[in-house]
Amino acid sequence: MGAVQGQGYVGQALGVADVLSVAYFHALRFRPEDPAWEGRDRFLLSVGHYAIAHYAVLIEAGIIPPEELESYGCDDSRLPMSGMATYTPGMEITGGSLGQGLGIAVGMALGLKRKSSRSLVYNLLSDGELDEGSTWEAAMSAAHWRLDNLIALVDVNRLQADGVSTAVLDFEPLVDKWQAFGWHVQRVDGNDIAALVRAFDLARAIAKPKPRMIICDTRIGKGVPFLENRERSHFIRVEPHEWQLALDALDGSAVTATDEHRVRQP
Amino acid sequence: MNQPKSSLGAKLTTSAMIASLAEPGQRTRPAPFGHALAALAEHRSEIVGMTADLGKYTDLHVFGAAHPSRYYQMGMAEQLLMMSAAGMAREGFIPFATTYAVFAARRTYDFIAMAIAEENLPVKIIGGLPGLTTGYGPSHQATDDIAIFRAMPNLTIVDPCDAVDVEQAVPAIAEHAGPVYMRLPRGNVPVVFDEIDDYRFELGKAKLLRDGRDVLIVSSGFMTMRALETAKRLQADHVEVGVLHVPTIKPLDHATILREAGRSGRLMVVAENHSVIGGLGEAIATLLLTSGVTPRFRQIALPDAFLDAGALPTLHERYGISVSAMARSVKSWL
Repeated sequence: MGAVQGQGYVGQALGVADVLSVAYFHALRFRPEDPAWEGRDRFLLSVGHYAIAHYAVLIEAGIIPPEELESYGCDDSRLPMSGMATYTPGMEITGGSLGQGLGIAVGMALGLKRKSSRSLVYNLLSDGELDEGSTWEAAMSAAHWRLDNLIALVDVNRLQADGVSTAVLDFEPLVDKWQAFGWHVQRVDGNDIAALVRAFDLARAIAKPKPRMIICDTRIGKGVPFLENRERSHFIRVEPHEWQLALDALDGSAVTATDEHRVRQP
Repeated sequence: MNQPKSSLGAKLTTSAMIASLAEPGQRTRPAPFGHALAALAEHRSEIVGMTADLGKYTDLHVFGAAHPSRYYQMGMAEQLLMMSAAGMAREGFIPFATTYAVFAARRTYDFIAMAIAEENLPVKIIGGLPGLTTGYGPSHQATDDIAIFRAMPNLTIVDPCDAVDVEQAVPAIAEHAGPVYMRLPRGNVPVVFDEIDDYRFELGKAKLLRDGRDVLIVSSGFMTMRALETAKRLQADHVEVGVLHVPTIKPLDHATILREAGRSGRLMVVAENHSVIGGLGEAIATLLLTSGVTPRFRQIALPDAFLDAGALPTLHERYGISVSAMARSVKSWL
């Protein structure tokens, strides 16, 4: 998709790919042919510009046809650059404005409890998104309402639009903050598949009347060494010849999926 | 008003800052919104009430007493209120989300736009203290809520006049498939429309409540009550005044407004409890001009300013929206 446009939020997508893979192929209940199935676990992308990553996993999961890949970011495409619920099957919310998804997730979790549903709500945030005050209203509320059907994920790559997060608006210590807000918190290497699998399992199994947070430390451009160290990597420019180099680097380091990671059927 | 008029030396009390809009002796009904919502919820299980720590002050507590498990207190967090209302709507519920009009329009605009309106979710946003209905000062005077919300696509905007309007609007907006913003008269709300033959609130429709040859006052909210009083006063001076009530400001009832505006020789006055900027007056002015209908046109509205704190009767007179000020203005334009 990035090659179609020549640029994009490719660095973040590479970093968060492992988190999305484990979410969709180990944890989430869903039906690829019926993305609005009432019994599904809901996965909210509250960081809209990560759509490029989300589309990749939706395609792998069979929710979006692979031939639509090339339409990314083009006119009349179902895959706009910023994730929007009205455009794309499997895209639960419109996350372009950041800081809104967690609050919507609170409402959905409340609604699911009202309906006595077993479905879970996941919300993926970026670390920069933690700057938004609305995120913290939602955090307080989730604990207040004891929303044990709500699992939040934060992609911590320590970089945002205007630079390194510690210089822009330092958000650490994150574990302490989320615990103080009443959440069950885990912090893991977001590019370690086995660690992610354990974290998702624990987040779902823990029997506390609290919402669950998995803080994922990831690396921008993970898997493509020349992108991992690129400056100005919030919105990466990639030269036409570099796309094939990147694909080669990723293929070379691919982890083979095991039976444990197969798509879970309901 | 329930307080004596402000005059030389007599300062009105603090309680006059939140005085009921009812004239002395005027009939009122208590909390029509809360009662209407509670009644509707009896046979519509998908209705829930949500508030940002203003349940008691937006009459939602009446609904909450009748349906405690459907009352969601979200705390003093208006952005969360809108986000979580969106989430509940996504799960098949019809949330009535209440706060003050100032907070709904100013603090939460992006959240309503992105989480609710863009997806046409059936969230009904209820704004207490619309326009100048408190002497508390600019922090609570929603003089710009209509201007702000008119710019939002997919949003229906309602400004009901009296208890009858509120009671009938509640089921109508619940029935409407998309998002709605409704201004809320709260507490002891005057009853006026029960004396108008065949009055029925219809979403999207303007209603001619009285006809008149010389002037047409086009109004919404409580200004329609004031327009009817103004018409009675001017009748004594042999000025015939019609009143067109426009409770749905977006979408405007183009056909009715243009038909009534097209009566030649009649002065049109748009009267609103809102800034002169961006409200019913400007909406109608644009409609008239683009339709090639150009009556003599004047506005009675709040000035483009942060308004004073003080007693409501004083402020309404000062800013030209009391009945006596309205009558003076209309006569001066004839």
